Amino acid sequence: MTFWIAVLAASAVAFATKFAGYVVPPAALEAPRVKRVTGMLPVALLASLVVLQTFSTGRDLVLDARAAGLAVAVVALACRAPFIVVVVLAAGTAAGLRALGWG
Amino acid sequence: MTDPQSEARSAVVRQGLSVAVATGLYGVSFGALSVTSGLSVWQTCVLSLLLFSGGSQFALVGVLGGGGTAGAAVAASSLLGVRNALYGLQLTPVMRPRGWRRMPVAHLTIDESTAVAVAQSSNPLRRLGFWVTGIGVYLGWNLTTLLGALAGNSLGDPQRFGLDAAAAAAFVGLLWPRLTGREPVAIAVVGALVTTVLVPVIPQGLPVIAAAAVGSLVAWCWPQRRTQEAA
Repeated sequence: MTFWIAVLAASAVAFATKFAGYVVPPAALEAPRVKRVTGMLPVALLASLVVLQTFSTGRDLVLDARAAGLAVAVVALACRAPFIVVVVLAAGTAAGLRALGWG
Repeated sequence: MTDPQSEARSAVVRQGLSVAVATGLYGVSFGALSVTSGLSVWQTCVLSLLLFSGGSQFALVGVLGGGGTAGAAVAASSLLGVRNALYGLQLTPVMRPRGWRRMPVAHLTIDESTAVAVAQSSNPLRRLGFWVTGIGVYLGWNLTTLLGALAGNSLGDPQRFGLDAAAAAAFVGLLWPRLTGREPVAIAVVGALVTTVLVPVIPQGLPVIAAAAVGSLVAWCWPQRRTQEAA
């Protein structure tokens, strides 16, 4: 039930945000600083999510097979691999290490 | 046979469709990650149908799957979607949507449709690029979300297949193309550090919000300092 609430609430906010771009007076969003902050928001959030997804188990920070997967993903990105390849390589790395009994 | 106008139009259509195919590929990873984060196939598909913004969807399932509250998940997802309002602003003079047409135009306003639209040289081509990319990505994203969700559902233990590492890779894959200068790199480092420091001390889900707040603060201060340096 909680998940349904989250799904529907996030969907409603997402639509309202997109819609706002067409109805809010441009001046409110066009200030250079506001533009800069909204442009940089995804960077801070995604960096945070990378850390959470790689090193956290709830309230603890750990180093396990996910970190190796992330390292491989970064190398793949540096080599300009497409998104799906990056994701599959990371998953394969973590799965392989776990099959060998690590992480 | 060389009608430059129809040639330009078919070039836009090809561009839009190739973006749609590429995006569809990561719809599979979203679908699989969402169900292995604990959402049902239905919830996963509703996200792609109604929320329809890749980064926000990944953030929502990432926070929920990591044990964060619904509020924290919605906040992370919503903050990640704020950029879509800027896209609407850029596209208003191009699309000039009125009345009910504002609904589909707003819903299809995402990274991909905006990028293809603004890359064109005239307003009719921009509108064509927007619709072809928006509708193409919508159909591909929803179809591949369903396929990924069904596949993820049949996999069983997500850790055995490294799907938790796949989620981390998905986030770094979304982050990577944004690291185009000193400012985004600095903000990414700040976001990562704030999260690392706060995870053990504040409730789950909140470190993402804190990272967003501190990152915004850095972005807010950044240009001011630069212009003063230049002056």
